[in-house]
Amino acid sequence: MAQHQVNYTQDGGLPVALTSVDKIVNWGRSNSLWAMTYGLACCGIEMMASGASRYDFDRFGTIFRASPRQSDLMIVAGTLTKKHAEFIKRLYDQMPEPRWVISMGSCANTGGMFNTYATVQGVDRVIPVDLYLPGCAPRPETLQYAVMMLQKKIRSEKAGKSQRQKRLV
Amino acid sequence: MRKYVPKDDVQKKAYYTDRFWVAPQVPKSPVDSDEVFAADLAVIASKCEVLDAYIQVGQMVVIINPDDNFKVAQILKDECAYNQLSECSAIDWLAKKGQFEVFYQFLSMSKRKRVRIKCFIDKDQAVESLNPLYRSADWAEREMYDMLGVKVNNHPYFKRILMPDDWVGHPLLKTYPLQGDEAASWYEVDRIYGKEARDVIGPENRDSALVDRYDTERFGRLGHEVSRGEEYNKDQAAKPLDYQEEGGVFALSKFQEDDAVVITDRKR
Repeated sequence: MAQHQVNYTQDGGLPVALTSVDKIVNWGRSNSLWAMTYGLACCGIEMMASGASRYDFDRFGTIFRASPRQSDLMIVAGTLTKKHAEFIKRLYDQMPEPRWVISMGSCANTGGMFNTYATVQGVDRVIPVDLYLPGCAPRPETLQYAVMMLQKKIRSEKAGKSQRQKRLV
Repeated sequence: MRKYVPKDDVQKKAYYTDRFWVAPQVPKSPVDSDEVFAADLAVIASKCEVLDAYIQVGQMVVIINPDDNFKVAQILKDECAYNQLSECSAIDWLAKKGQFEVFYQFLSMSKRKRVRIKCFIDKDQAVESLNPLYRSADWAEREMYDMLGVKVNNHPYFKRILMPDDWVGHPLLKTYPLQGDEAASWYEVDRIYGKEARDVIGPENRDSALVDRYDTERFGRLGHEVSRGEEYNKDQAAKPLDYQEEGGVFALSKFQEDDAVVITDRKR
């Protein structure tokens, strides 16, 4: 029988770390934010640039998925038209909980310069938004910063509780 | 100061007036000045009534009766070799003349000439579809209907093309407000949540200059973040912006800027 020379009970040798459930669950959630590709306009190009090798979202565990059912995070990048509004709501509903939304760029935040009949004046009229990212269009490092702020927000949430309803309807 | 104009009933009137500079018309020249166009016009005039014809910027413009539009297009295609309909749409002259101007732009590849056929129709008058002759008329006519409400007879698939099917109104009309009418402003709310959600979601904010730094419903202030709807403590100093908590994150130690080493020697 092998004689182990490591004293597991001393000098931090025990391969066990003590933490709380909240912390470990939120650690997992915040570091594997799979984002749904939702490029609607020019912000989508910046979002793609953030995912590509130069800015490299993968190192934050943020991997773009083409399906709402595999994603935790929706980055609404671009102008949302009124015709498209019902589809963004449907895709949001298809995402499994817990789910988060980043509204990226002026158009998604407030309608931006498209103060017209055909543009939704902010995606928060349709789906609840966790983080508004200003800019026209925000640079990739800004989007990375937004994702890191969202990670911070996730870490401060209670893990066990089902997500609170963010909007009344 | 600009003269005061009463703004009652402003939605029912055309907002476009000659308050601004109106571009002068491009000079017109007679059709006789171009042999090819003169021959084409003679063919059209032999079979249909021509109300007016002239050449503008090297293109012939022919104004015809709206009932003749299909016939003229057929003549142009079969006898004058205008084998492409590059554009077709309408212009809202309702405020000025009470009429729409419907125009068709034709191109002849062999002659290298462009002809524009125009006709004026009343508000509820329909025109005949050119779809059997030119496939490009399909979407162009649907757009004409979608944007201006001009109806087209005998179109194979006549419905809106850009706006949603249940949209109210035609956005390119001069009387249509730029920021949308009542139905447009509630469109996405009605469509997704129903009319009863209007009170909860509230009207659109169309004031692009509106910024209220203490409004925590709509804005977050960097360094002063509170939960949504909560009051600011205005005396409190700004918190430093940081993406990691003070004690660091589980399994990761906090990044200390002072301990960081800046590499200046690239060959290190």
